[in-house]
Amino acid sequence: MKLVYFAWIRERIGVPEEDVALPEGVTTVGALLDWLKERGEQYEYALAEPSVIRVAVDHVHVAGDASLAEAREVALFPPMTGG
Amino acid sequence: MADRPHIDVRVQAGDFDVATETAMLSRLSTNVGAIVTFTGLCRDEDGRLQALELEHYPGMAEAEIRRIADQAAGRWPLIGLTVIHRFGRIRPGENIVLVVAASAHRQAAFSAAGFLMDFLKTRAPFWKKEHLADAEGGWVEAKKDDDQAVRRWSSSD
Repeated sequence: MKLVYFAWIRERIGVPEEDVALPEGVTTVGALLDWLKERGEQYEYALAEPSVIRVAVDHVHVAGDASLAEAREVALFPPMTGG
Repeated sequence: MADRPHIDVRVQAGDFDVATETAMLSRLSTNVGAIVTFTGLCRDEDGRLQALELEHYPGMAEAEIRRIADQAAGRWPLIGLTVIHRFGRIRPGENIVLVVAASAHRQAAFSAAGFLMDFLKTRAPFWKKEHLADAEGGWVEAKKDDDQAVRRWSSSD
């Protein structure tokens, strides 16, 4: 599965995107965030505040309980500030 | 509702011309009686800001704006709707975003343009980073006001 990061989440993690193989049991967005936080200091720093992490699965906004079963690309980003 | 409106969504680095975009919608149909345009510009915050860096999520930015435009089209009798959002480095005085809504009557055009902007600000994947004149900049924080602006559309038109 491809992960893509934007804005200060991208800066804190240190890469714009990466391919990951999810372990068994990581089947929802919330579980993915918990798993990522364990991957190192920069992930912990980027994802420290769950309330400001927004997630999109294949270009569609989703909530924390969304399933990753069919997901090809998951994006993590802070609240949007366009317009 | 009548025919589906003409919806045009563009996410681009380059500038846009408001008059050109307005003229394109006015030519869609002789039944166009009202065109509302909104242009969002980069301001300099009283000289503090040197430039904005607009980051976006290619693919999703277009898709999300189109979803918002489709919602507006389902809600008001529009003839045409154009949304253009720029990305990259933008200096004070330059354009950032354009919404043009065309309808037979003004109320639908005003409402659709307001709805588009309120939802675009909170749901379209763009992020602003400030470059300051005399200090290091940072990412702009989302405003609570913007979340409240979106909520008004669920209570009334």
